[in-house]
Amino acid sequence: MIISVASGKGGTGKTTVSTNMAISLGDACTLLDCDVEEPNAHLFLHPHINRSETVTTFIPEVDQERCTFCRKCAEICRYRAIAVVGQKVLVFENLCHSCEGCLVVCPDGAIREGKRELGVVEWGEGSGVEMIQGRLRVGEAMSPPLIKKVRSYADLDRTVIIDAPPGTSCPVIAAMRGTDFVLLVTEPTPFGLHDLQLAVGAVRLLGIPCGLVINRSDMGDGQVWEYARQEKIPILMEIPFDRRIAEVYSKGLAIVEAMPEWRQKFTELFQQIQMEIVAEKLRRESL
Amino acid sequence: MKIAVTAKGTKLASEVDPRFGRAAYILIVDTKDMKIEVLDNKENVNAFKGAGIQAATMIADRGAEVLLTGFCGPNAFRTLEAAGIKVGSDVSGTVAEAIEAFLNGEVTYTQAANAEGHW
Repeated sequence: MIISVASGKGGTGKTTVSTNMAISLGDACTLLDCDVEEPNAHLFLHPHINRSETVTTFIPEVDQERCTFCRKCAEICRYRAIAVVGQKVLVFENLCHSCEGCLVVCPDGAIREGKRELGVVEWGEGSGVEMIQGRLRVGEAMSPPLIKKVRSYADLDRTVIIDAPPGTSCPVIAAMRGTDFVLLVTEPTPFGLHDLQLAVGAVRLLGIPCGLVINRSDMGDGQVWEYARQEKIPILMEIPFDRRIAEVYSKGLAIVEAMPEWRQKFTELFQQIQMEIVAEKLRRESL
Repeated sequence: MKIAVTAKGTKLASEVDPRFGRAAYILIVDTKDMKIEVLDNKENVNAFKGAGIQAATMIADRGAEVLLTGFCGPNAFRTLEAAGIKVGSDVSGTVAEAIEAFLNGEVTYTQAANAEGHW
């Protein structure tokens, strides 16, 4: 079972929810930090990293000797990562999205497989949780292939929790697609609601059941609850704006470790998600 | 000698478009007879990516040896450099004024891009 934790708006508490749920489940689960542009689950799990792998992606390398400057490679590239000017071929490797179209259309065998480093995948264990995280190379703009790589290493016989990146674009889609449930973490502010609506739109397009965690639930206004009621999205947990929680967070500690009464709540959150998944399955089968 | 000038319109009296890759038009002016070839850059204006690279390839194909424009990003600059096109940036006023400045030797050529790349 794979649960992705997403939000739309950044800073609502995805990592707080995913790390605390993971620690509550302990060694039964694997946490994947798929927010590869700024992975931060490690700040709360303090894992000992015991393995690391560099991930690369295809970029074209041009053999200027073989090239006949026919421009087929430049014409097929939607990202203009190859330009042919006169008798020169330029490769803009940062623009390349690795479709390999140039490799396929080149009639002269002048394009070879080159590599661009995307980042690293790291394995570790902390607070009793197995963790895999992706770290995008500084300067790299394309994160979905690294996110997919992190996900490819998850043992699907275990419970997998994915800490997704914020937003609703390609990286978060790469983190949510094909998961069994999306837990959306929001806050009761107009901004939180606005981005939640975008996130729900994306989740619905992917056809994945979802539920809400409302963080800092005793501030802001009531619109998020109203929205959840209208859209029939279950609210599975509310976390108050509590100074003690903020203090624990600021020290890089897990809430469930510093305030043990929360362990039960996060365990129940997980159980509720399990029930939602089963209920959704039954709903679909009955259709 | 052919000079490419980015322009907001199609005439010598048109203003220089400060953008290179996404300029409205690019005028290729032959200094021999002041004849203008107008390149409608519509396709690049709305390009998804690589407008500068494409525009640079386009003017190289037309045989331009000099480009007069406002701003030129790193990818466009690299392409222009490969094509051996000299870049006069920070150019403003009308196309005619830009050409005149070039003919009077008042244009200074840049050795590097003068705008950040876009993602």
